[in-house]
This record gives sequence, structure tokens and C-alpha cells, in this order.
Amino acid sequence: MNRYLPLVVVALGILAFATLMLVIAPGIQMAQRSVPEGLRPYSEQEQRGRDQYVSLGCVYCHSQQPRAPEQAPDGERGWGRPSVAGDYVYDRPHQLGTMRTGPDILNVGARLPSESWHLTHLYQPRAIFDWSIMPAYPYLFEEKPEAAPGDTVVVLPEGFGPASGVVIARPEALDLTAYLLSLDRTYPVPEDALRDDGYARKEDGL
Amino acid sequence: MPITMGLLLALSFVVSLLALGFLIWAIATKQFAMDRAHAATVFGKQGADGPDTDGTHLFDTTGIDRISARPVKLLILGAIFWLIVGSTFGVIASLKLHWPDWLNQAAPLTFGRMRALHLNLVAYGWLSQIGIACMFWILPRIFRTPLRAPKLPVIGFWLWNVALLLGAGAFAHGWTDGEEWLEFPWQLDMLLVLAGVFFVVPLVKTARAREVDHIYVTGWYFLAAMVWFPCLFFIANIPGIHYGVEEATVNWWFAHNVLGLWLTPLGVGTAYYFIPKIIGKPIYSYSLSLIGFWGLALFYSQVGIHHLIGGPVPTWVVTLSVVHSVMMFIPVIAVAVNQHVTVARNTWALRESLPLRFIAFGAVMYTLASFQGSIEALRSVNTITHFTHYTVGHAHLGAYAFVSIVMFGAAYHIMPRLVGRDFARPGLIRLHFWLVVIGFAIYFFSLSIGGVLQGLAMLDATRSFAESVILTKPYLEARSVGGTMMTLGHIVFAINVIGILRKPRAAETPVAAE
Repeated sequence: MNRYLPLVVVALGILAFATLMLVIAPGIQMAQRSVPEGLRPYSEQEQRGRDQYVSLGCVYCHSQQPRAPEQAPDGERGWGRPSVAGDYVYDRPHQLGTMRTGPDILNVGARLPSESWHLTHLYQPRAIFDWSIMPAYPYLFEEKPEAAPGDTVVVLPEGFGPASGVVIARPEALDLTAYLLSLDRTYPVPEDALRDDGYARKEDGL
Repeated sequence: MPITMGLLLALSFVVSLLALGFLIWAIATKQFAMDRAHAATVFGKQGADGPDTDGTHLFDTTGIDRISARPVKLLILGAIFWLIVGSTFGVIASLKLHWPDWLNQAAPLTFGRMRALHLNLVAYGWLSQIGIACMFWILPRIFRTPLRAPKLPVIGFWLWNVALLLGAGAFAHGWTDGEEWLEFPWQLDMLLVLAGVFFVVPLVKTARAREVDHIYVTGWYFLAAMVWFPCLFFIANIPGIHYGVEEATVNWWFAHNVLGLWLTPLGVGTAYYFIPKIIGKPIYSYSLSLIGFWGLALFYSQVGIHHLIGGPVPTWVVTLSVVHSVMMFIPVIAVAVNQHVTVARNTWALRESLPLRFIAFGAVMYTLASFQGSIEALRSVNTITHFTHYTVGHAHLGAYAFVSIVMFGAAYHIMPRLVGRDFARPGLIRLHFWLVVIGFAIYFFSLSIGGVLQGLAMLDATRSFAESVILTKPYLEARSVGGTMMTLGHIVFAINVIGILRKPRAAETPVAAE
């Protein structure tokens, strides 16, 4: 190659083509599909909790995209049905994730619907699972000599709480928990739902 | 579905016609007629005058390097600073995975933030800056003309580093765009884009003022990368238009293209220049480099969605990315034949030149990383490795063992020619080499083995999820050992570079090049 302009024009043309194939075409296709009826937007508190989730970088260990039964036993683990594109229309930014250092949590609100469980687990994951390698988030909580009216007290097993007094959930912890509890895509999917069916066998009708 | 499919078919047809038109134009104007004379562009006007392995080549006979020296020196120093900061965060993040209760007192210390700091600081602080330094060193040389507008890159350097500093503060406080590889808040992204303009303009001006007819293969990679990356970066960071799964496709289209269309061209282009330059003989088969370059552009740009295999995206786009991932064998083999055969025929040069050891090692790692990536994208393999630490090992094989190690070699080759004297203690360069190579080997094998075991455990419904976490712990510990060795190597690297800059002025010989 001996010319600058043709080199750059063709290089950009190839990139534009890739953008069309990987971003624009699937984007158009997904936008045409209906939003599942059971899906609702996040409430204000849930969205605040979601912002906490994003800012603490939870996505680096937790995916939010259960796989199909033909591919992996995600459903048997209680992680939910295979997710479809429509399940995410209210997600900004998306948090699909590429890692399962911890479990998939797209349906954690359905699998573990207890606020108290989540608060304990966020304060100290090893209070529930001794094998867990999830960070603890003590700064989402505060220690007080005793609970005031309206305070949410965190239930802790012997040896995990402070020597005296109680652990109270800060608003950040309550918001984050509200978001986790809102993660529930157990509603039925629309007929025209989109997902990668590449692991389905031919006799399954695909 | 039929509408989409019809549209895609029509589109492919139009694109094929355009590509055919380009091919006819290129053949008619002899763009593809390349011979060994062209391959010798890396040498001076007189052609190859022996290997460039020691101090006898320090003379800057053309005055080209004198102009590039300032921005190159700044960029190398900036890159090394962020390398050490970024890899320290990497080690902390790694330790936190097996010491989960260590450093948990405040949000900025949590794993999620440390990991984001590590990735962004090494990607934009270290890899991008050292790559840009190589562009400023190599392009004026292969164009045989001094760098134009040499003050602009200095401004660009400061803007870039201010953006990084602000970005690091932003992540630590939880201000993030929240997507892997796209964490920088978009306001700071725009500052990075502005800094990029200050880098691109002088290089394009230099390219247009070049005094050779032929653009050497390194030039194709660099010139293309410097238009690809700003476009990618800008589109992916426009706020407010992407959402949901569409945003995920943008995310992985971007993230994989950072590797494919930015870091890889920087690494491959740098190796393409220094290997023949140091050995003193042209590259093995110059016309093969055409396939390598255009193959990379065509195939690498479409592999991104293999990060979403089995996910909530249309099947066809996943399959498209899998196919392109496998097609990557073609350009990679073309580059491998060129670079490895050139080195294999001149193994004496590996004894003579320490920088070549790094560069040749890194070039081999490019081949291995790409082969591994192609295989990893196959659905059958991906179902095991997806969502596991194996992917992290693979990412480091590409970004570290390939790009970073090539860049170490490039810096070791450039520095003496930039300051006009040799390294006082080559033993420390050897120490750096063995620390990062052994450290990386521990890092890579522990994550790859641990990742496969983790993936197999997750696929087995009879084993609890806890088992997949517990079994990885020893491998994560081993990774911390490897990562720490690599970081120590980086400190030795910094000592070497600062050492050559600080040597007393009395010993100086005329300034660097060609």
C-alpha cells in the first residue's frame, strides 16, 4: 500500500460494515420485538440501588443472563429461565456480565426473596457461606448502641456482629437490597422473544 | 426475521461489489505489487547495513529522531508510571479474591473498583501510551521525514494523563459508566478524544509529507489503528443512546475491537518494524503481510459478540462472530510466518539483542493468544470457559504476554537511541525479562487450569455452585504470586529506564537513529 487516503477509507469502511453487522442490524431486530408483559420499570429506590450495584462493580463477578437448559444447568440451580433480549429494556447501563465468580443473579429476587437475608449477606457474606469469596460491604451499614425507631437491624450470627450494640442498614444498603429483590424475570416470555439458540438441537424445532 | 435476513443479504451483496471495486483499483494502480525492495523500507536510504543490536547505531544521521525524542520520552515515562500504578491495583484485586476480608473498610477499596482501576489504567495509561510512543518513534523513521507539528503530541500527552488521573479518581469514588472496558465517565472520554486529536494530527501530517513512495506494513497497522480507535471510542461512549442488550452488543463490539483494532495493530506493527530492523534483514515474505493486515481488519472487527455466546442476543450475530473468530487463523498465520521465520533464521540475534528477546517472545505470544481465542470462541469450548477465570487468563495472554512484552522490548530498543548511550546494567534487563516471563507463566497456567475446572463444575448439575468457587481458590492464590512477580518486573523496568535517563552527561554520544 502506497497511499494514505485509500488505506484509511477502506479501513473505516470495514469498521463501518462491522458496526452495521454487530450493532445496528441486531439493534434494529431487537427493537422490533415486544416488551414482555410481566416486566416493569425499576422504581426510584430500585434504580438508586441499581446505581449502587453499578458503582461497586458487582458485574465483575455476577452475570445476569441465565443460559438455556440445552447448554448448562442454570435453571436447575434456581437461576431462572433462559433470558431474552426483552428482559433488559429498562437496563441502563446493561449489567449482563461475563463472569461467574459468584452465581448469576438475574432472578435473585425470586430465589432469595428475604430482605433480611440480603442485608446479612451484604454486611458479611461469610456469616452465611463460610466458603464465599465475596467482599463484605460494612460501609453500607453503621454500628449503633441501640436501634432507633424506623431503623432496620441486621440479623447476625454469633461472632459476626460488633461486641456490643447493633448493626443498622444505611439507606444505600436498603436501596441495593431493593434492587436485588426486584431481580425477578420469572414471568412468561413473549412468543417473538430473541436469544441465542445456538445450543438447541435440530429436533427441538429450530 | 425475513426482513432482517433480506436486508443483510442485500447488504452483503453491495459490500462485496464495493470490495471488488477496491480490489480492481488496487491491482490496477499496483497497490498490491510488493517486493523485497519495499520490505527494506525499514532500513535507511542506503539499505540494510547490518544488525542494529548495539551502540554503533546510536547516531542520528538524519535528525529525524531528534525531533521525535521529546514526545516519545514523555509518553514512555507516562506509560511506565501507569503500568506500575495499574499493575499494583491488579495485584490488590487478585489478592482480594482469596482474602475477601482484606481492605474492606471503604467503598473505593472494594474488588469491583480495584478491578476497574486496573483494567483502565493498564489499557489507556500503559498500553495505549507506550503504543503511541512507538508510533511517534517508528512512523517518522519509515516515512524518512521528521515528525511534523512536534509540539502537539506534548499537549496531547498532558491532556491524556490529566484525563487518566481524573478517571482514576472518578472510579475510586464510584463514578463510572458501568460497563466493562467502558468505565470512564463519558465526560472524561471526550477529554481523551481531544487528546487523541493532538496525537493523530501530527502523525497524519507526517504521513502526508513522507519522503518514501511506499508505506511500510507497520505504517498500515498504525495509520489504520489511529482512525479505528477514535471512531470506536467515540461511538461506544456517546451517552444516552444505548440501552439493554443493544448496549451489550455495543459494549463487546467496542471491547474486543480495543484489542483487535487498537492494541493488536500497535503490537503487530511494532514487531513488524523492530524484528527486521534489529536483525538487519527484511521480513521473510513481504506480500504475505498484505493478507495479515486486511485479514485482521476484516475478521477481527466482527468477533466481539463471541463474548455473548449463549446470551440474550440473536443467534445469527453470535454465529457471525464465532465464524469470524475462527477466520482469524488466516491473518494470524500470515503474520506468524513472516515474523517467526525471520527470527528463526537469525537466532544469533536473540543472543545479541535483549530487546529482540522481548519482541520475538511477544510475537510468538500473539500467535498463541489468537489461536487460543479462535478455539475459545467455538460453542463447544466456550460453554466451558465462558463465565470463568479462563477468559481472564486469555485476555492477559493477549494484552500482556503479547502487547506488553513487545512494548518492553521496543522501549529497551528506543531508549538508548533516544538518549545516545547504552544501558549501564544489562543484567537488570535480563532480570526484568525472567521476572515477567516466569510470573506470567504462573499467572496464565493457574488461571487456565482453574478456569476449566471451574467451568466443568458449573456445567455439572450434581455439583453445587459452592464447589466451583472452592476449587478455584488455590489457582487464584497462584495467580497472585505470578501477578506479583510481573509487578516486580515492572519496577525493574522503571529502574532501567530512569537509570538510562539519569546517567551523567559526560558520557553522551551524538543523539539517536537510522
